[in-house]
Amino acid sequence: MASGIKDKVAILGMGCSKFGERWDKEAQDLMVEAFTEALGDAGIEKDQIQAAWLATAIDSVNVGPSGVPLAVALRLPYIPVTRVENYCASGTEAFRGAVYAVASGACDIALALGCEKLKDTGYGGLPQRGRGVTNDMYWPNLSAPGMFAQLAAGYRGAHDVDKDELKRAMAHISVKSHANGAKNPKAHLQKAVTMEQVLNAPMVSEPIGLFDCCGVSDGAAAAIVTTPEIAKSLGKSQLITVKAMQLSVSKGTEASHNSWDGSYVKTTRIASKKAYEEAGIKNPRAELSMTEVHDCFSITELVTMEDLGLSDEGGAVKDVLDGAFDANGKVPCQIDGGLKCFGHPIGASGLRMLYEMYLQLAHRAGERQLPNPRLGLTHNLGGHPHMNVSSVSIIGAYE
Amino acid sequence: MAEHGITSYGAYLPRWRLQRSAAVKANAWANGALAAHGKGERAMCNWDEDSVTMAVEAARDALQGMDRSAIGAVHLASTTLPFSDRQNAGIVAEALNLGESLGTLDITSSQRAGTTGLVNALNTVAAGAAGTVVLCASEHRKSQTGTPQELLYGDGACALTLGNEGVIAKLLATHTMAVDFVDHYRGQTREFDYDWEERWIRDEGYNKIVPAAVSAALDKAGLGADRIDRFMLPCVLRRVPEGIARRLGIRNDAVADTLQATCGDTGAAHALVLLCHALETAEPGQKLLVAGFGQGCDVLLFEVTEAIKSLGPRRGVTGSLARRSPMENYDRYLAFNNLVAKGFGKRAEADKQTALTTLYRNRKMLTGFVGGRCTKCGTVQFPKSYYCVNPNCGEADSQEDFAMADIPGKVNTWTADSLTFSMDPPAYFGMVQYDSGGRLMVDFTDVDKETFDIGTRVRMTFRIRDIDSDRGFKRYFWKAVQVEQGAGG
Repeated sequence: MASGIKDKVAILGMGCSKFGERWDKEAQDLMVEAFTEALGDAGIEKDQIQAAWLATAIDSVNVGPSGVPLAVALRLPYIPVTRVENYCASGTEAFRGAVYAVASGACDIALALGCEKLKDTGYGGLPQRGRGVTNDMYWPNLSAPGMFAQLAAGYRGAHDVDKDELKRAMAHISVKSHANGAKNPKAHLQKAVTMEQVLNAPMVSEPIGLFDCCGVSDGAAAAIVTTPEIAKSLGKSQLITVKAMQLSVSKGTEASHNSWDGSYVKTTRIASKKAYEEAGIKNPRAELSMTEVHDCFSITELVTMEDLGLSDEGGAVKDVLDGAFDANGKVPCQIDGGLKCFGHPIGASGLRMLYEMYLQLAHRAGERQLPNPRLGLTHNLGGHPHMNVSSVSIIGAYE
Repeated sequence: MAEHGITSYGAYLPRWRLQRSAAVKANAWANGALAAHGKGERAMCNWDEDSVTMAVEAARDALQGMDRSAIGAVHLASTTLPFSDRQNAGIVAEALNLGESLGTLDITSSQRAGTTGLVNALNTVAAGAAGTVVLCASEHRKSQTGTPQELLYGDGACALTLGNEGVIAKLLATHTMAVDFVDHYRGQTREFDYDWEERWIRDEGYNKIVPAAVSAALDKAGLGADRIDRFMLPCVLRRVPEGIARRLGIRNDAVADTLQATCGDTGAAHALVLLCHALETAEPGQKLLVAGFGQGCDVLLFEVTEAIKSLGPRRGVTGSLARRSPMENYDRYLAFNNLVAKGFGKRAEADKQTALTTLYRNRKMLTGFVGGRCTKCGTVQFPKSYYCVNPNCGEADSQEDFAMADIPGKVNTWTADSLTFSMDPPAYFGMVQYDSGGRLMVDFTDVDKETFDIGTRVRMTFRIRDIDSDRGFKRYFWKAVQVEQGAGG
């Protein structure tokens, strides 16, 4: 009978490249940058890694398919290397592979690395690309902001929110994230922005404006995981362990059945509920110290607060505007600046979220350090509000 | 022999109306004479419309309340068909979800293709060869910029159903003349027409050939010219139809407005567009004479029957004319018609190749907008799938085909996307919830930005989805448009 992942796997070390427009770096350079830090943090030799998972999402710009590019870039010694992709949740998917490998006893030490090099596309935003031979014949003409803008319309319609009020709540989220990111030397964007700047930014996909969107950037992040016993035997103390790893994938209901009203993300609700159970969390609002959620667009973060149970149904606008998720709020969200300031090198983002939670728990977050965090939740969402994969992970201090 | 004739009519003019003044303003520096044609407006296709999409919309209009199972053939007349070799009428038939026991025919290469098609369809029906024939005539005109033709021509389509039962206008007589009078031509490899002198076309063409054909038709019917209640002759040359009518003895008040001021000449479709327009207000007993000119002349003479009073409301030409959006931006007209090479940026470079295997395998879904309905729980779903999407059902292999093109719906969510590549930015798309149950994320088109929002009522329309200009292919799918007030949508 399965008993969940809680406290079976510890994070031995993590690394994160500088995110941004790394014009002079190949994807392989970014892999090395993140891996070098992770290896140093773990305090082990490369040969001790027994299996690896590589997250990359978009083949056409980046390193191409398969786990081979990671094995070649890092000269991994003929170990299993698996490339995983699950839309924007790919980074957490790599972590999941490594964590399950260790928890199963199949190996002692495993590596998860996510890397994406998007700035060879030649223009801003994600590359225009096929979505599948048949899908291309009937899916609408869409972009990522376009798809998440549907969530704004759905939320507005379901909760009868005034257009301007919703826009202000969305703007507050971006302002808050930028204030946090300004303290993060690894973030792509490290400048604060004002409400006026956000509200007056050009429209990208109504009602999502330029400053409601995360940027597109290059980056890599990595985690090395092992069992708590092995971590201790390697001299680590004050371990940080995985408390929950849940993934929920749409089965077509939201897309094709009228039971979903378009105002929330169904999979996040399911995954977070299971994650809280797995971690033994009864009152997330009281027990979670901080969250990193998938703020590809500000509206996504807003809706996610309700989906994670941190705001009441229809209550997120008020909570956001009241500062409940600001750095000094009840449950700070995106304390590192989020996708908003890091940009979204797709394969890397899930691991970058874990990186910040890990630093916070280890009291190594510098200027951004929160007082005594115990549990950090990452939410990594891929696809579209009506058809997606939602990944909810919780890490925390090992008791 | 049972009478045969027209059993229904329908039409579709695109919503956009190019303001002639805008075109003249842009081009008068090169040709001051254009100002003579500078008044009024002409119908112009949106970027996502063509002869096939307009034919489908006209046919759907004509088929409202009609029994589709009686249809034995679909014929399409046009000189601007998107495919030279891939049956265009077949695309229309698939979009109308008519099945495989069907005849299809493309009629092309002449400005009288519409009336030739009508003569032929009536012959088919008279011979008992096809039950009901749906005849569409449709034109997406292509004129060189800065020419009078650009101002005079318009885009549009008409559909008539021909049959032996429920005839609203019975055929009295036809006469056809074949005369290789080349008033203009468009060679196989050319985009644009080449026209000869208007005065010659009027004197040696219209004024000699049309009266001969009309007289012959009237003789066959044993009818005097003064008995004609509506005389429909498409012609861009001013007062030519009136002159011909006068010389033949047709009453001046019978001469049909050629719709120059509000629509423009829709080429091979126009004779049928004028006929449809006449039928919309025709009274039983009236005699309608329609003539098509182009390397000869086709003349058809009809008598309206009592049955016209029981035909339900249609959009028709009148409804289409009422539904208009003025296009003041001449450059946008050029871009929609691929007459100017706009730099749409790198996003426009994405390859749009269609896998023909996929198109074929999914043709009911893609072209016909056929979804599924679970026979266990009744849930309508698009696409049709193996497992029912109803979370309380999930039955395997339980769905039957469910035609959804005519199911109205409402907007659940939407956006106006300025990032994705669009020929007409921003790209509106969103979730439509259908009255029958079922939903789909779709493109919206012809959006009225002032009124469009959550809850807007929509209907589905057949449109171009992508243009693959590398390979000369178009792929079609269905988009949602706002429902109009009034009859016929």
